Amino acid sequence: MRRVTAFNLFAIVLGIVFLYLPIVILVIYSFNASRLVAVWGGWSTRWYGELAGDAAILDAASISLRVALVAASLATLLGTLAAVALVRFGRFRGRLLFASMIYAPLVMPEVITGLSLLLLFVALAIERGFWTVVIAHTTMAACFVTVIVQSRLVDFDMSLEEAAMDLGAPPLRTFLTVTLPLILPALAAAWMLAFALSLDDLVIASFTTGPGATTLPIRIYSEVRLGVKPEINAVCSIFIAVVCIAVLAASLAAKLTAARGAPTRLRTGDLSRLDAG
Amino acid sequence: MIDPKSRPAQSSLAKKLVVALPYAWLAVFFLVPFLIVLKISLSQSAIALPPYAPVLDLNAGWRGIAQFFAGLSFDNYRLLGSDPLYLLSYVKSLQIAAFSTLLLLAIGYPIAYGMARMPRRLQALLTVLVVLPFWTSFLIRIYAWMNILQRDGLLNKALLALHVVREPPVWLATDTAIYIGIVYSYLPFMVLPLYAVLEKLDQSLLEAAADLGCPRWKAFWQVTLPLSSPGIVAGVLLCFIPIVGEFVIPDLLGGSRAPMIGQTIWTEFFANKDWPAAAAVAVVLVCLLVTPIVLFQHQAMRSSEQS
Repeated sequence: MRRVTAFNLFAIVLGIVFLYLPIVILVIYSFNASRLVAVWGGWSTRWYGELAGDAAILDAASISLRVALVAASLATLLGTLAAVALVRFGRFRGRLLFASMIYAPLVMPEVITGLSLLLLFVALAIERGFWTVVIAHTTMAACFVTVIVQSRLVDFDMSLEEAAMDLGAPPLRTFLTVTLPLILPALAAAWMLAFALSLDDLVIASFTTGPGATTLPIRIYSEVRLGVKPEINAVCSIFIAVVCIAVLAASLAAKLTAARGAPTRLRTGDLSRLDAG
Repeated sequence: MIDPKSRPAQSSLAKKLVVALPYAWLAVFFLVPFLIVLKISLSQSAIALPPYAPVLDLNAGWRGIAQFFAGLSFDNYRLLGSDPLYLLSYVKSLQIAAFSTLLLLAIGYPIAYGMARMPRRLQALLTVLVVLPFWTSFLIRIYAWMNILQRDGLLNKALLALHVVREPPVWLATDTAIYIGIVYSYLPFMVLPLYAVLEKLDQSLLEAAADLGCPRWKAFWQVTLPLSSPGIVAGVLLCFIPIVGEFVIPDLLGGSRAPMIGQTIWTEFFANKDWPAAAAVAVVLVCLLVTPIVLFQHQAMRSSEQS
């Protein structure tokens, strides 16, 4: 029997407070009227208004969003292909190297990923800018995509694909019409994670960017090094709000698809039981 | 109808493409860059451009390859051994990573344990609550702590108001601030793997222990803790490895006197423009990090053989 003790509750409440208090304080202080960050001068949306006129920040935000859009899409494509190869193709030549190249970036410190990519771009004499950041973020995020999609593919009911193939659908069509729709929630989750990782990254982007491609984290970082600023509080609050809404919407969507997907799973379960009989 | 002959051909071509695309991408943008780092770390320091020498000249054939190997030098690694700055920042990184991983375990375990004992519905909500901060930017969360920890920040105001201290203590640019930042940022990485294991724990084992007269603390020590060891190992690895190479947290919250290794690479590269030295520091760091992973893999393989 599970019993919830006072200590359990205490640990959870303290943990949640610890996780959220700094963020809440940051958001509250973004509405501070005073320029001095430490002094509370009443509520105001002054800093949000000033943001709208700050071309450098807006520019950086638009570059970050574009980088994240392209990188997340490329990473989802490459990562899904890699996951399919790892789960479905059994042993193929060079599988060990393939698998280690996928898992290594997951734990590689960003400083090293960034440094090594920069040295590659320099060696190839590629001019650094928007596309080099996209390539770097794609490489970093693809591995996370693979892990997510792979876990979905592993507990995938193969009898559905077999049924499609038995009915004469070629492999590619089976994949596009049966497999893909079923793993779509995992792909969406993976794309979102890749997007968030790209939007968040400071270190790799700092190494691989060039003139004219300053991303939002790089911009924020260069401001933050000089100290706390109310405008930056406002930027961060907008960022947090967007992320929270996106994540909540995604988990809600996941819940809805799960509720809709339940009957399908039941039916395939019946199918396999029929087979066994 | 489908032409039966075209099917295998189409499928094997598609199969090849599925493997080849990500394979080629990772080879070009992950493996090759790392080999370049390795090579540059073995090059003579040549500050400013061209960034490094020697370059492998494949057109010169065997003579070129021989020249290439003759040109390699271990000077950068000798520099790492001789300059105490590098050694100190490795030691400091490992020390900070080890201590903060212990802190994370001590703080994360009770949270994960409490979560696993909550009613099912609440568990799902709590998981979302723990994961949500992870989605907001790393940089923003560290910046939030700069707000709190600054000299006239909220922490000092609270401490002064409660008469805990008379003079506002300095938090920023100290190791304490680094620990706070790390524990804050990595807590979800510790809680989630622990929770995943604790949630699946067979409660009847604890009931059996209680029926046999085992006190609760002893049952925790002898049943729960050993059974949750896979979660502990996963959480420790997920935290320890990235913390060693951490750059943003020590750079924004820590002082500049004793940098962590991520900062050292950054400074060598951006400030000193000594690319070969930065590359050598990076290679040694990778070797340091690969060791625990290999040990873990070995352990995991042995335990899966046993069971």
